[in-house]
Parts: sequence; structure tokens; C-alpha cells
Amino acid sequence: MLNRYPLWKYLMVIFVVAISFLYAAPNLFGEDPALQVSGTRGTQVTSEILVKTQQRLAAADIEIKSAALEDNQLLVRFRDTDDQLKGKELIAELLGDNYITALNLAPATPHWLQTIGAGPLKLGLDLRGGVHFLMEVDMDEALNRVQEQRIQDFRTDLREKRLRYSGVLSKDDGTLVVFRDADTRNQSLSYLRDRYPGLVFSERDSGDNFGLFATMSEQRLKEVKEYALQQNITIIRNRVNELGVAEPLVQRQGADRIVVQLPGIQDTARAKEILGATATLEFRLIDEKADLAAADAGRVPANSELMRDRNNRPVVLQKRVILTGEHIVDSSASMDEFSRPQVNISLDAPGGSRMADFTKDNVGRSMATVFTEYKTGDEKNEDGSSQLYKQQEVINIATIQSRLGRSFRITGIDSMAEAQNLSLLLRAGALIAPIQIVEERTIGPSLGKQNIENGIMAMLYGMLAVVIFMAIYYRKFGLVANVALFANLVIIIGVMSMVPGATMTLPGIAGIVLTIGMSVDANVLIFERIREELRDGRGVQQAIHVGYDKALGTIADSNITTLITAIILFAIGTGPIKGFAITLIIGILASMFTAIVGTRAIVNLLWGGKRLSKLSI
Amino acid sequence: MFEILKTREPIRFMRHAKAASVFSLVLIALCFYSLFTKGLNWGLDFTGGTVVEVEFSQSVDLDEVRQQLDTAGLAGATVQNFGTSRDVLIRLAPHADGDVQQQGDGVLVAVQQANNPAEMKRLEFVGPAIGKELAEQGGLAILAALLCIMAYVGLRFEWRLASGAVMSLAHDVIITLGVFSWIQIEVDLTIVAALLTVIGYSLNDTIVVFDRVRESFRRVRTVSTVQVFNEAITDTLSRTLITSFTTLVVVVALFLKGGVLIHGFATALLLGIGFGTYSSIYIASAWAMMLGVKREHMLPPQIEKEGADQDPLV
Repeated sequence: MLNRYPLWKYLMVIFVVAISFLYAAPNLFGEDPALQVSGTRGTQVTSEILVKTQQRLAAADIEIKSAALEDNQLLVRFRDTDDQLKGKELIAELLGDNYITALNLAPATPHWLQTIGAGPLKLGLDLRGGVHFLMEVDMDEALNRVQEQRIQDFRTDLREKRLRYSGVLSKDDGTLVVFRDADTRNQSLSYLRDRYPGLVFSERDSGDNFGLFATMSEQRLKEVKEYALQQNITIIRNRVNELGVAEPLVQRQGADRIVVQLPGIQDTARAKEILGATATLEFRLIDEKADLAAADAGRVPANSELMRDRNNRPVVLQKRVILTGEHIVDSSASMDEFSRPQVNISLDAPGGSRMADFTKDNVGRSMATVFTEYKTGDEKNEDGSSQLYKQQEVINIATIQSRLGRSFRITGIDSMAEAQNLSLLLRAGALIAPIQIVEERTIGPSLGKQNIENGIMAMLYGMLAVVIFMAIYYRKFGLVANVALFANLVIIIGVMSMVPGATMTLPGIAGIVLTIGMSVDANVLIFERIREELRDGRGVQQAIHVGYDKALGTIADSNITTLITAIILFAIGTGPIKGFAITLIIGILASMFTAIVGTRAIVNLLWGGKRLSKLSI
Repeated sequence: MFEILKTREPIRFMRHAKAASVFSLVLIALCFYSLFTKGLNWGLDFTGGTVVEVEFSQSVDLDEVRQQLDTAGLAGATVQNFGTSRDVLIRLAPHADGDVQQQGDGVLVAVQQANNPAEMKRLEFVGPAIGKELAEQGGLAILAALLCIMAYVGLRFEWRLASGAVMSLAHDVIITLGVFSWIQIEVDLTIVAALLTVIGYSLNDTIVVFDRVRESFRRVRTVSTVQVFNEAITDTLSRTLITSFTTLVVVVALFLKGGVLIHGFATALLLGIGFGTYSSIYIASAWAMMLGVKREHMLPPQIEKEGADQDPLV
């Protein structure tokens, strides 16, 4: 029997289309205005917060659709945007500084669809409005700082070892240490070589000066750059969280760049201010003589000031700063020998000696770590943007157990999460490579809406024209091709919604429109072949069979080449271009499937194996 | 049966191969002339600088906007309408020094008018170094695409056909760029995407023709090369025209309804698809013939259709 499909093939086609439809479905449900509450710096959002929020909103007569905890975030859905804005003010006031409340549009996907992991398409900034920054880390500066640091370290090390040198200086990407005699040079060389495995040492003599020259090994150079980048990403992530943007994106791009996307934010000036602001860190002594109650009431000793720790308890600190965060070279969280969390801190040479001098006279006293950063407050500037204010917080209080040197550790920390957080903050306060915005794109929300409308209009008109043409030209077979075309569209949208990280952009919509135009191509090839076979006097079943068969190779060849270009686009392009490439790739694959297997299934079902003398094609 | 072509006789396309070649050469010469004298109007993506799109609540006089910018010390800005008389596009060249980002922030403040407030719709700033990189990436993408295609078609068909295909693709890209330079449409990243799409599309046509050529060569043993090409092109002509037609229809829809932002993209596709259809008929085939493609070249067994020895998929 010609042109009969086994049952499994029919089932496969139905299955693919049905699954795609399921995953494309969430795009039909729209979005709820919502409020997203997350904790700052590791603060947990608990069910207690959920209850508090619900009570507060109920008291203010604001009706909510739902409130739920999801991966350490609270999501409250409202009926309309007015309620949402009112709600945000109330909740922000209720929860205070340790929580961030962000306005958000949460997809109103029904629960049963969410359980299979279906969600609507993510819209790119050009369709949703928002800001895109591309930032570049100034690696030269980062390396310079490492270099400066090394000069300091060499001096300290050689002095400690009583090795006399006549000078340490920077020279062509490395450090040159000059000695008066070869013997001291050789001793220093072997000593430093063991101490700094990441450096490459060589001898450099000129006249009666004996020198040793150190440069970073390739490996070490990579590490330094990588570290500078990672550190910047960490800091920017923290800052972005401060901005209270729902679904921000901070991602590395290449060796020294960071992409930041903030959907729905309008005030770029403020975003830049916050992203560019620096956090600082200070170690200070606790003023044990001060009367806390009095201080809380506003009477603070002259040389001290009142601060609060993370649980909002008052702490009185001496104004004198022992050490600032820029002396911190590195910090990490680990477990001590009793499996208790601790934070290890390494200081640079000057920092180390200052710490040593200070702590030897103050063993047994308490030292506080103060974290300062800039946040947006409720105060407004003249232009209506929120003012930045300096927020200082005591993030850790530790007792000085012994004289501390260049590396020391802070113990007595509650949990590993806390230790990791603290070490991250310590690093954030450390010196980092400066960063610069090299690309910025802001799309207003009105333009985003307009872009979506334009894209959808173009899609509808284009599709309508193609569908009408096919129906007239190929009659019943044309209708079959049109069914395949719709299935194709459903598959593209379904797969795009399924693929994590795929975003729909304006060029992406253009890609879909183009795919619609090109996807009938496969069917045209097949139908033309069938017509040809019929003209050559073959029987109906033969014509269908041979037509599909012969067109197959041509379709595969012509699509693979388009696929090659799409993949190249995907590999080389960034941002919107990538979006276009993704839709094109998915579109090509989907159109091949629907045109070859999909239409064949319908054709076989309707005409296959029957005795026909004519075909509506 | 509703058909465009009712011919049973092959159309003698290749008679005009010479004329078509001359026509294409003249066209390409003109394009190069335009590219060298006028150059391309590089968009922000490639030059770096700042573009601000603002929407005024009523129509606005562009000269007035220019004045305001001059007063604010933002001289040298190009100001033009964008889509409607209320939408204005302001473009500033990159500053050699100082904080480039301040520019964009300053523009909106500068153009505010007392009785006609402006709202920012879009702000784009691209650093000068980034522009260079993007330009390199774009050129690289197009070259890489051409090379990959050359390799693929060379393997699947034959090197003479492959070079014919690549010639016709280069032809389409050059003409599209030439027209862009002639009417000074801005070339940005989406144009690169459009050009790559044109490459993919135009190749699609070429391959369909070549596929037929190969088939005819194997089936019929007594006809001349020219006749084989004529037959292959005639047989595939209705398909070529229909597909071009449906694709052009959707591109026209994009052009008319897709908004100002994808105008350039749609224009590039219109040109590319128009010329792509013509070039896949004439340039690709004529070139392959000039290189002396013969029946013998099509016969080695390694170019059996993929999967010919297996059961058909469908």
C-alpha cells in the first residue's frame, strides 16, 4: 500500500504539535501586576514575612490575587497597577532596609501549566523597555594595582630577611629589584622564587648593578584578570539588587566585559550612579565604655559614633579607623578544624603591618567590621529621582584573640552562608579594577509596546497573504500546507518558550515573519513535484509518493545551507542578532518537520491508499 | 489546475546569459563606484556615538531643536524626524574626551520646550572601540558564511557549481550594499543580519536549480550542457517564483507594518530577495557553465543522494 503511515508516525506528529502548543499556551494568559520581595545580602524571606505582608495589605483593604514564597522570594499578585503601587509603598515601609521590594509583571500562567515548567516567552529589552549596559573592566589598571602591590610586598619580604637592596621599581610589565652584589641577589632570588610561585624570575645585570626581574606567568596573569572580572560581576550583582529591579541580568561577555540588563527601568542616570558607586569597608574598635542606652537616645561620646548591626541593634564605635578595605587583598570562607565556619582575610603589606601594630596592644578587645554603601532612599531629588544616601552597617563583631598579621581569620560566625556572605562583602570592599560603560541602550516602555504591535501586525498581514495564496494556488493541498504553517508557528513559539535563556526580540519577530514566508517553500517544492509527476502521467498514489521522495533531498540541501548561515549568525552575533538567529534556526527546523512529516501525515490520512483519479492540487 | 507556467518546452534562459552577465557587471561596477565615492552610511553600531529618540507631544520644528542643542553646548548633532513629525532622532558623534554618557542624559533636558514637552523613547550609546569590533564581527560573519557555503556545496555537488553559487551570493550582497550606499540608508547590525539572511535565501534558490541540473545530467545522456541548464531552470521556475513571491509578500508586510526600526532590515531583504532570484537563475548557472561544468563531473558515485540506500523517511 502506498502512502500509508504507521500509527506511531501519526502519534509522533500529534505529540510534537501538542507539546509545543502546551508550552506556547502561557503566552495567551497575559501578566499580573505583582510585587517581588527579596532579602538583601542573604536575609531570608520567611513565611513570617509572608503573613506580615498579607496582614498589612488586608488592613489597608488592598485585595490581592495571591501571595506565595518561591525560591527565597515573596511574590504578591495584585488585581491592578493602582493596588500594586499602593501595596509597594506599604510593604517597603513595613519591611524596612533588609528587604528589597520591586515592581514586577508576573506571568499569569495557570498552575497546572507551571507544574510542567511552561512559562511565557521572555521579551527582550526592545520589546519590554529597559536599560542595557555593556561595561568594560579596565584590565591595565587592575594589573597596575597588582604591580604596585608586588613592589610593596617585595620590599617587606626582603627587609624581613635582612637582604639589602638598593631599589625596587616597575619596569616593562614587571618588577625590577636592584642589588649591589651578586651574592645578595642570588639569595633573594631563591627566596622570592619559593615564595611567589606565580611569578617568573630572571637575572638582569647592568654595569656594577645586579638585578632580578619578576613578571607574572601566563597562568597568573589569566587568574588576575579573571579575578578582577569576577569581583566586578559580584559587586554589580549586589548593586543591581539594590536597584529593586525585577529579573535583572548580569552576565560576563568575553574576557573583560559585563552585560547588565535592567528591564523596565527608566532612570538610567540613577542606575549608573548606583552601579558606579563604591562600597567601602572599615575595621574599627568598639567603644566599650559608652553607655548604649544613652547613645541610643542621642548622647554619644565625642570620639565615637552610633551605628547599628544587621539586626538593628545599636553599637557604639570609636571614630578612629584601624584599617580600610582597600588593604584587603583577598578573603574566603572555609571551615576551621572544628568544622565551624570562618572567614580568612589576607591584607597587603602596609595593611598587615598596620594591623599588627594595632592588635598587639588591643588583644581581648572587640573589633567591628563596618560596611558602607550607597542606597536609594525615600528622599527625592528635585527631578523626582530617589536620592542616594550613605548607609553604614556593622556586619561583624569579633574579639581580637592575638596579634594579627597579614593574614588572619574571623571566627564565631553563625553559619556557612553567613561566612560566605561576609567574605564576599570583604572582597567587595577591596580594591577592584575600575569599570567603564562602553555601550548603553535605553528603550522606553511605550516604544517597547509599539515594537510588539508592529511585529505582530507584520506577522498577521504576511501570514494572511501567504495563506490566501496557498489556498487558491494549491487548493486542498494548499489548505494542508496552511495547517502545517500554523503548526510551524506554534512549534516556534513553543520551543522558544521552552528554551531557557531564549528571549524574543524585534529582530526575532522579523525572523519568524521571514520563516513564515520561507517555510511554504518546502511545500511548494513538494507540490510542484507532485504536479510534475501527474503531468507525466503517473497514477495519483505514485505521484504523491515520488513527489515527496524527490523533493526531500532538495529540501534538505537548501535548508541546511540556510541553517549554516543562521548558526554562524548565532555564534558571532550578540544581543538582538542572536535573537534573530535563534528564531531562524528553530524556524528552519520546525518548517522542515511540518512540511515533510506533518503535511505527509495529513495527505496520507486524507488521500493515501485510496483509488483516486484526480487530486486537488 | 491553476498554474503560472503552462510551458512544456524549456525556456532558453542561457541564450541571455551573456547579456545578463554584462548587465550584472555594469550593475556591480556602479555599486562599487557608489561604495567608493559615497561610502556607506554607517549606523551608530559601527561608528560609536549617541542616538536619542524623543517624542514630542505635538509636531516640532527641527531647526528649533537644533538651536536648543547648540545653546546647550551640544553642537554638531544631526537632528531628523523619525517616522512621524513628533518623533525626532538626535545623533551625536562620539566625544574624543570626557564622559560620553553625559551627552545622552543632557539631550533630553536640552530639547524640552515650554509648551511641547518631550519624552525619551530610546537612548543608545556605543563606545568607539565597540563600534570597530562590531564592524569586524559583521564582516567576519559574512565571510565565514560564504566560505562554509562554498565548502558545503563543493562537497555535496561540485566545485564549479559551488563557485557559481558563491559568485551569485557575493553578487547579491554587493548589489544590496551598493543600493544602500546609493540611497544612504543607515547600516547597522540588523543589516548584517539581513545580508546573512539574503545569503541563506538566495542560496536556497540556487541549490534547488543545481539539484535539478544534477538530476538531469544523470538521467539524460544526449543533451548539451546548455540545454540541461535551461531545462532545470524551467522546471524549477514556478517554484522559484512562488517562493520568492510569498517571501516578498511577508517582507513587504514587515516593511509596511513593522515600524521604523526594521525599515532598513526589510529594505535589505527586499533588494536581496529580488536580486537573489535573478542571480540564482543567471549568475550561478552562467558562472558554473563558464567554468565548464560537464556531465562527467556529476557522475562520481560519492555524490549519491544522502540516504539513497536507506528506506525513505516518509
